[in-house]
Amino acid sequence: MSSNDKPATPVKSTGLHVGAIKPGVAKKDPILIADSVRRQFGGLTAVDVEHVEIPRNAITALIGPNGAGKTTFFNLLTGFDNPNTGTWSFNGKSLAGVAAFKVARMGLIRTFQLTKALSLLTVMDNMKLGSTQQRGEKLWASMFHFLWKKKDVEIEAQALDLLKRFNLDAKKDDYAASLSGGQRKLLEMARALMTKPELVMLDEPMAGVNPALTQSLLEHILNLKKEGMTVLFVEHDMHMVRHIADWVIVMAEGKVVAEGDPHEVMRNPAVIDAYLGSHQDDDLGTITGRITLPKPGKEK
Amino acid sequence: MDVLGILSSTASFILDPTTMAYALAGLGLAIHFGFAGLLNMGMAGFMALGAYGYAIGVLTLGLPWYLAAFVGIGASIIFALILGIPTLRLRGDYLAIVTIAAAEIIRLLLLTSAFIDVTGSADGLSGFNGPGGTITNPIAGAGGFNGSNPIPDGEFGFEPFLDDERTWYLRIVGAIILAVSVFVVWRLVNSPWGRVIKGIREDEEAVRSLGKNVFAYKMQALIIGGVFGALGGLMLAFSTNVNSGVYVTSLTFFLWTALLLGGAATVFGPLVGSVIFWVLQAFLGLLFPALAKLGLLPFDSIQAAQVRFILIGVALVLLVVFRPQGIFGNKKELTFVK
Repeated sequence: MSSNDKPATPVKSTGLHVGAIKPGVAKKDPILIADSVRRQFGGLTAVDVEHVEIPRNAITALIGPNGAGKTTFFNLLTGFDNPNTGTWSFNGKSLAGVAAFKVARMGLIRTFQLTKALSLLTVMDNMKLGSTQQRGEKLWASMFHFLWKKKDVEIEAQALDLLKRFNLDAKKDDYAASLSGGQRKLLEMARALMTKPELVMLDEPMAGVNPALTQSLLEHILNLKKEGMTVLFVEHDMHMVRHIADWVIVMAEGKVVAEGDPHEVMRNPAVIDAYLGSHQDDDLGTITGRITLPKPGKEK
Repeated sequence: MDVLGILSSTASFILDPTTMAYALAGLGLAIHFGFAGLLNMGMAGFMALGAYGYAIGVLTLGLPWYLAAFVGIGASIIFALILGIPTLRLRGDYLAIVTIAAAEIIRLLLLTSAFIDVTGSADGLSGFNGPGGTITNPIAGAGGFNGSNPIPDGEFGFEPFLDDERTWYLRIVGAIILAVSVFVVWRLVNSPWGRVIKGIREDEEAVRSLGKNVFAYKMQALIIGGVFGALGGLMLAFSTNVNSGVYVTSLTFFLWTALLLGGAATVFGPLVGSVIFWVLQAFLGLLFPALAKLGLLPFDSIQAAQVRFILIGVALVLLVVFRPQGIFGNKKELTFVK
């Protein structure tokens, strides 16, 4: 149903780290490095990350139990919140104290856990807002049609191309409010791509999206990597994490507790204890004892 | 009952300077609220600064009227900056509280006798439109607005718009200011800039995440809307004396009524809303006393004229509940209320 004719098995990037795998391990080519980033809300320490590096041109998953500080960490990295202490840099440039909009302009773009579609703007206007190239957004230039019209046509073409890939082109003139929850997720992601980012940070891109749409979303995320972007995403769907992530970072109680390749990490007892639980691959029915399956053999 | 007289007086409000002043200030509110989502409840303050800035510019600073007008506009820009820097980080409803208080501060500063030499305190200011000034201040207003009137003396037009050269000059200047303002706003809101501020109205975090300097856009919107408010105040000052008793909170609410009547997120809404608002105001203000005189209403005629204000309140409530998008607003935009 979705756009491309790509095969299902993604090509995993390997050999991303340097030295022995441990929380905070150095990467060969990190795009984002965070050091002793700590955020406290009153007595609660929401985030307390000693050191973490995000590998370039790979898909990194950030997982962890609810309240582990994943979204807060996202907010800190993108300038939407300020930490009590800490430094972090993107492409070697320090981002500490940099305003959120400037961070976005530097090529680090994020989406939100609670989807933020601009409801009373059309889908196309939502997309056009993503472009950072439109000088008609400046107050004085905006009054002179000829200064921005040509650029707007270009942006519209770029937007239409993206919308087609996300199966939203038929909806381009509708208000974003009329989209379903899953379509809004798609729109938010497509809109983020309009900024031509280097690092895309997706906060639970699959939450509330139906299985068929999940599949096409997965392909979109894999395509981002193919196009040279780096992806960091928060997700609770472990099948998806295993399927597309090249690297997994596990957070619990604000700290990075484990890192590694997805299959390795998910065998880590600390991760199972803190987050996954020991029945992650079992059918819920067998856990509760309501049904007994003949054999737990599932597709791997 | 003088039906024709009532209708004629009512019709004259279509071209009344007050109507134009409301339309201008309403246009400012449309930018603030309708497009940028800034809940400004202090538009009266912006209007007061426009009006007083002009009057003080002529009387105290001795400027010609067109330069004095810029004093009023400049004052509103400074006010927007002072208001915006601390408050634009606040969420919508807090901004409403702060703006209503700020407008009251402006009004009380204009009212206090501490600055009586400049502001005229409770008496307000007069004679700044000239020519010839006033008895107490004979040179005042020498460069006033009226002095620039190129229309020869006499009565022009036809009933109900049969008026002297002064009124016509005012109407023409007002219409020009209004036309230019509507054009500028139309251009602005249909540009990429307008797209950004509409995005901010919907969700400023999302717009920030796309690399837009949300604070700067909100400040620009606050200033532009404030300048239209000041132009509205100027228009009032061109036509009559200025007095702090005019720029009260209820003026802000009348503006909101006119705006919501026409449609908050529209360019022509404030204009049409103001016309309807004032025509109705005038009509009911004449109709009720006339009915009371005939004994059809249980009030005396002075009370009866006040009944319209009750009706305006009722109308505002009904409007917000049943037609929040106004006359011109896009119905679709309100189909999905957040």
